[in-house]
Amino acid sequence: MATPDLSPAQLAAPTYPAELRSQLFQYVVQLADTSLILAHRLSEWCGHGPVLEQDLALSNIALDLLGEARSYYQYAAELEGRGRTEDDLAYLRSAVEYRNPLLVEQPNGDFAYTIVRQFLFDNFHYQLLKELKAGPDARLAAIAEKSLKEAAYHLKWSSEWLIRLGDGTPESRRRLDKAIAALWRFAGELTTPTPGESHLQELGLVPDYAALLPAMQAHVAHVLAEATVPLPTAPVAQLGGKTGRHSEHLGYLLAELQYLQRTYPGLTW
Amino acid sequence: MIQQEWPLWEVFIRSKQGLDHKHVGSLHAADAAMAMQNARDVYTRRLEGVSIWVVESRHIHASNPDEAAEFFEPAADKVYRHPTFYDVPDSIKHM
Amino acid sequence: METLAPDLSPEAQFQARIDADIRIEPKDWMPEAYRKTLIRQISQHAHSELVGMLPEGNWITRAPSLKRKAILLAKVQDEAGHGLYLYSAAETLGTSRDQMLADLHSGKAKYSSIFNYPTLSWADMGCVGWLVDGAAILNQVPLCRTSYGPYARAMVRVCKEESFHQRQGFEIMQTLCEGAPVQKEMAQEALNRWWWPTLMMFGPKDADSPNTEQSMKWRIKRFTNDELRQKFVDMMVPQAEFLGLKVPDDKVQWNEERQAYDFGEVDWEEFWNVVKGNGLCNHERLQARVQAHEEGAWVREAALAHAAKRKERAAVAA
Repeated sequence: MATPDLSPAQLAAPTYPAELRSQLFQYVVQLADTSLILAHRLSEWCGHGPVLEQDLALSNIALDLLGEARSYYQYAAELEGRGRTEDDLAYLRSAVEYRNPLLVEQPNGDFAYTIVRQFLFDNFHYQLLKELKAGPDARLAAIAEKSLKEAAYHLKWSSEWLIRLGDGTPESRRRLDKAIAALWRFAGELTTPTPGESHLQELGLVPDYAALLPAMQAHVAHVLAEATVPLPTAPVAQLGGKTGRHSEHLGYLLAELQYLQRTYPGLTW
Repeated sequence: MIQQEWPLWEVFIRSKQGLDHKHVGSLHAADAAMAMQNARDVYTRRLEGVSIWVVESRHIHASNPDEAAEFFEPAADKVYRHPTFYDVPDSIKHM
Repeated sequence: METLAPDLSPEAQFQARIDADIRIEPKDWMPEAYRKTLIRQISQHAHSELVGMLPEGNWITRAPSLKRKAILLAKVQDEAGHGLYLYSAAETLGTSRDQMLADLHSGKAKYSSIFNYPTLSWADMGCVGWLVDGAAILNQVPLCRTSYGPYARAMVRVCKEESFHQRQGFEIMQTLCEGAPVQKEMAQEALNRWWWPTLMMFGPKDADSPNTEQSMKWRIKRFTNDELRQKFVDMMVPQAEFLGLKVPDDKVQWNEERQAYDFGEVDWEEFWNVVKGNGLCNHERLQARVQAHEEGAWVREAALAHAAKRKERAAVAA
């Protein structure tokens, strides 16, 4: 549905050496898993949002991320070249094979949790896509170009909500503080490279996280100031999702996500 | 607890460059920035627009249907405002 | 306003406009009963869209492919949009969305009973799209010409967006029916459960529908319940045959003379039972809506409080 229009040249997976190809496959799968898992979480809100207009907004973001995930999975499948499809990758890998950071698999909690999780992700996602768009891999650049416009909107949306909740009522502030205390520790993983990522970064194939940090930090400082929320002291970062060591939440999420494909293997839906 | 609804806003969308903004519906939002975003999420899910106006409904003044006669009927007999009122000889072009 | 018969009473003038197919707009004079009927019908319609998100929302997280997941999410999201258009239309009649929601939550206002049935398998997503949306479209298309302008305009938008909903449902059914035997069984089992409740969506028999006559006179409604039900059966039986499925009604038979299908009697006891709140999911559907609204209260308040603070600051700065 949301696959960007690509020229045939862009569609042909570049001829990377086998080892690099497999490393890039891992990286693209990680991007895909991240967008899919967050889209899945956001889709849980559908029909349960705090007001009809925001129900629609949450679903729009979920749809954007789902579309982005599909584009990455399709590219990953081509890089792998073993005939797997986007659905094989999403529906037939176990939790330890999933490579999303811990942040995005965290449950929705209340609206404040959802907003903090979204804000932390959007802030990273937006800067990452900006770099990916200018990167050397044409396919990733094309996907990033489309997704960047969406991510810019997501970041605006979650930033504005964070400000409203922080500088709203005492109750919204109390809930926001609680969400920040619970979720801030997952932000560090987004920009902490795994060995695989470091390697690709050194080759200049994917964005260097260190380069994203100044803009990310500046935006956090700006939004928190507007929200009248003090900058949290850096908590000990929780790492693991990107190397397959997840929180307990992912198993349940995948059990639900993969239920039909696992129950009736090999069928077309 | 304040039991108060978000204000109502009217949404106008320009469907493509060169056309007027057209009223498409309404929605609720706490402030103008949110009204704009909500309008985008609610009314442009299928590429319906290139530009959005939102205005709080309470700022719209509408004509009163009871005064419709005095408002609109005087225009009905001013046919001379319409170009078809005038006979132009067939040999005259570009008018 | 086009005054068609200046010497008549406001009621008669109003009816003359209706008969001349002139749309009624929000600030026009209208009989109080017309206003009330419209508020009841439009809000009921809006509530149905809102509650209708739940049975399908139940499968978004379990959709069997990424494509199906995206389609289903987009569809359920559309329903939120449709609810919103309809609440807005009702608001032009002088009620508020909060009031309408309060009536829904207290059980005073109704919504379509179809959503009080559970969605138990993936094939239910097919049936809801194909049958339930199919029935809804039959109800809705005539409403695009309903006498109240804002309602008619909202329905034009709804119908335009709704057209993909039924197709995606049919596509799910077709894929299942052309798939493995276990998938075809899934499809038949779902049809068995959804067929009769869908026929009930058109409401009680004309003889038992007290509001129909007045609504037809006001051109709020343009076809009777039984007319639409017959149309639906005539449309759906061949489609079920195409899919290789059997409609769970032994009395379904083509009637050459009437040029329509004969069909069995709806279980009206079940119909009234579910309307009165005794369906399997009545309680949890309403509960889910109440919970979403109550848990959203602090969010809505925060946004208002923040907007007020901003306004104040801007005023001070000015």
